[in-house]
Amino acid sequence: MRAAVLMLAALLCTTAAVAQDAPPPQPVPGAEDDRQRAQQIQEGIQIGLSMDRISITADFSGAQLTIFGALENPDSLLSRQGRYDVVVVLEGPTRPVVVRRKSRVLGMWINTESETFLNVPMSYSIASTRAFQDITDPGSYRRLSLGADNIHLQPADVDDNPVTIEEFTAALRDRKKAGGLFTDNIGGVHFLSQNLFRATLSLAPSVPVGTHKARAFLFRQGVFIKEASTQLVIVKSGFEQAVFRFANNHSFAYGVFAIGLAMLTGWLGRIVFKRD
Amino acid sequence: MSVNVFVLLAMGAAVGFLSGMFGVGGGFLITPLLIFYNIPPAIAVATGANQVIASSFSGALAHLKRKTIDFKLGSMLLVGGIVGSTAGAVVFALLRRVGQLDLFISLLYVGLLGAVGGLMLIESVNAIRASRSTAAPTLKKSGQHNWIHRLPFKMRFRASKLFVSVIPVLGIGAGIGFLSAIMGVGGGFIMIPALIYLLKVPTNVVVGTSLFQIIVVSAYTTMIHATTNQTVDIFLALVLMVGGVAGAQYGAKAGQKLRGEQLRALLALLVLAVALRLGFDLFVRPNSLYSLTSLGGLM
Repeated sequence: MRAAVLMLAALLCTTAAVAQDAPPPQPVPGAEDDRQRAQQIQEGIQIGLSMDRISITADFSGAQLTIFGALENPDSLLSRQGRYDVVVVLEGPTRPVVVRRKSRVLGMWINTESETFLNVPMSYSIASTRAFQDITDPGSYRRLSLGADNIHLQPADVDDNPVTIEEFTAALRDRKKAGGLFTDNIGGVHFLSQNLFRATLSLAPSVPVGTHKARAFLFRQGVFIKEASTQLVIVKSGFEQAVFRFANNHSFAYGVFAIGLAMLTGWLGRIVFKRD
Repeated sequence: MSVNVFVLLAMGAAVGFLSGMFGVGGGFLITPLLIFYNIPPAIAVATGANQVIASSFSGALAHLKRKTIDFKLGSMLLVGGIVGSTAGAVVFALLRRVGQLDLFISLLYVGLLGAVGGLMLIESVNAIRASRSTAAPTLKKSGQHNWIHRLPFKMRFRASKLFVSVIPVLGIGAGIGFLSAIMGVGGGFIMIPALIYLLKVPTNVVVGTSLFQIIVVSAYTTMIHATTNQTVDIFLALVLMVGGVAGAQYGAKAGQKLRGEQLRALLALLVLAVALRLGFDLFVRPNSLYSLTSLGGLM
């Protein structure tokens, strides 16, 4: 297991200073005060990656990705009470996906039914400060399309039986989770200080190459405040990427090369082992 | 896709050992092994075809030296082979699109390996029995002319001392080309019996001619898969080839120490075992009834 820990200490010293200047908390803050406070302060959120490009090799066996981020203008009292929650998501590139279901035909398990979905994220990794139900209500998650169970999966054939679509949508999520491509890490976001947080997301061994979108959602006492996003490009490492691209863009030359390589290996085998 | 290079090398070496021992290309073992190792069947087949070139080329060089290749017969087989392989690749792409490729590959393997393995086992067990009993083996002299020799469009193949219709030659070539494209095999294990029993090609030129045809058809199949499906994995193929070529040398030496019929019985058992395992997977309820296929890209 390679721990490709990517770091960025997005230390926002100025915001920290502002937070310290905030008025001292009252002994028993009421709901009235909270509302006032909310009106006065507009919190923000920032995230950053130490590199916007990761190269993976053929023997890549998964890794942890660390994303650092900072809150802007947090209320020190709320922050001390742990009323801020952050959810960080890393969403892979999208592709159309066919979900197939097997059923028994003449005793054999054969693919019989299928459903195509458009724009399915190939991977979806999520980390949060606490259990999802403790952060906000299911309605908010649905509105934000936040969480593997809330991403909108668009079937190609919208006129299909809704029960079938629902069944295949559930199967799609289930298979993605089983394959380690849809993951959640509850408690994967830690506040290191009042402002600074660290999110740990997992990259599956079969993490898709392409442009991934990292997003952070800030909640204050169950209310969604702000979102920040950045991009991460995952590529196959130099040589392999070149071969992969070559195979797709110059498939004829690639085929000739594959044949030549096979003949060369066969010929070398004879010379090395000389059996006649 | 994450695989262990050493497992693949060992796999290549083991298959190479067996192919050297039994004088077969080993494609029919490599492809199922890759499938057992969770390589997608589409990639296993295309890469298997690529690997077959290496082991067949190695063998063909020896036959070229001994002049035991009938190029004319091989070329006629090839004409059929190219047609069959093209048809096979079209069927392959079609099956892949409708999601029945894996099933079709498994069924073909189970059927063919089951039949070939079963026949070989019966034949070799009979041979072992015959050699144990003191009775002189009664060689069944097959008729010099069967129905195949009455077909029109006859052609003379000097190296094989044959005068035979081109129809069965093209037919055998096409059938094997088709299987090569879909199963990722060279087809030696079908070609050799077909040439010997159907066309009565002399045994000394059979292997060389078959290897010649297999190399070209496998190369053509590799080409088709590389251009239409992009399913040839050159790294995977290279690791398998290196293991295979090395294993084959030791296999050939081991093969010389075993008696012919025992060797055939062993190979038959091996072939049957692979067929059983593939067949078993078809009937066992899978862990999940659902599977995903991403369109527009392999990864």
